[in-house]
Amino acid sequence: MGDNALVLGHRVSEWCGVAPVLEEDIALANVALDLIGQTQLWLGLAGEVEGEGRDADKLAFHRDVWDFRNVLLVEQPNGDFGQTMMRQFLFDAWHLAQLTALIDSSDKEISAIAEKSAKEVTYHLERSSDTVIGLGDGTEESHRRMQAALDLLWPYVGEMFLGDDVDAAMVEAGIAPEPESLRASYDQLVGDTLVAATLTKPEDDFAHKGGKSGARHSEHLGHMLTQMQWLQRAYPDATW
Amino acid sequence: MVKPSPHSRPAPAPVPGVVRDTAPRGAALAGKPTLETVWAWLSAIPDPEIPAISLTDLGIIRDVAWQGNSLVVTITPTYSGCPATSIINLDIEMALHGHGIEKLELKRQLSPPWTTEWMTDTGRAKLEAYGIAPPRPAGGPQHCPHCKSTAVERISQFGSTPCKAQWRCTECREPFDYFKCI
Repeated sequence: MGDNALVLGHRVSEWCGVAPVLEEDIALANVALDLIGQTQLWLGLAGEVEGEGRDADKLAFHRDVWDFRNVLLVEQPNGDFGQTMMRQFLFDAWHLAQLTALIDSSDKEISAIAEKSAKEVTYHLERSSDTVIGLGDGTEESHRRMQAALDLLWPYVGEMFLGDDVDAAMVEAGIAPEPESLRASYDQLVGDTLVAATLTKPEDDFAHKGGKSGARHSEHLGHMLTQMQWLQRAYPDATW
Repeated sequence: MVKPSPHSRPAPAPVPGVVRDTAPRGAALAGKPTLETVWAWLSAIPDPEIPAISLTDLGIIRDVAWQGNSLVVTITPTYSGCPATSIINLDIEMALHGHGIEKLELKRQLSPPWTTEWMTDTGRAKLEAYGIAPPRPAGGPQHCPHCKSTAVERISQFGSTPCKAQWRCTECREPFDYFKCI
């Protein structure tokens, strides 16, 4: 959860100052800010559970690509504005479902962070789905770009629903939901939105994987980290 | 400077009407002000980003209690990434130290998450007078805070701070901030 929020938060922040119009610039910066705030909560908790003295900053800035556990979708490049919003929508729809399930976590802290984050992500999803519909069902040009973005990003959706041994152990302990259990309602929500957006969902459900396990991130994450981490690497432990 | 641990366990929810201090309410011991006095001090601290309202108007101070000789102030963040959070903590420390509080602990409480329902009526009135439409469960401003016209429309779900959205009045043509309802 922390790495997903961190990587997407950083990606979205790359729009700050260069978004198509001022309102979108502000909205993207706000979404990025929420995600980075959530990152501090999740990675703070992760560091505490790990118990080796690493705080959220250490986990964010002192790890390399193979130690990140984010899904491949969030590290994909921004592309054009439509591609960014399609990525956001595909993630938000999963993110809200996951957070809503985590509110019932047997772990009180996970539940508290999820409850807080779900309020923010409800807003994110409202905006990204509105934008996907607006641009999909927009001009010929915006429709074409949104369909291209969907075709490009759809192969990264499946990974969000793949479980592993860690997931199974968490389900067992009542900490987190079975990833696959969120798929049906996700498909329903995304399907309805894409219909309203006049976009065609790709038929092939092939899914790239390897981000969540850390085994095989895409090339893009390393490039992103060189930007995100350079200051801490050049000047270790620098503070404001 | 006392800083709240960013990873501290959430404090239990405050129980209304329960005073944790053993001293009777209103009876100030030397060097240990009553909780009412502390609340009054806190109500004089403006929100750093929307100085028209105070921290208590905003409803983010969840509890004030004495634990021995240490004053514990429990604060809930508005938005998890709100940059004002650290300034708010600093402002509380400065104000309470200025009133002679020596031992102070700031606790962060995430659950229950902050909701605009905790904003006081005074706070809502102050916001409106300042030109920011107060939050409403209906999901949008009641009217333009400038000319009171109900002919308003949304420009964007997000605004100049995490807690606000951008709206405009189609009557007086003025844009205005709306305090989002969460």
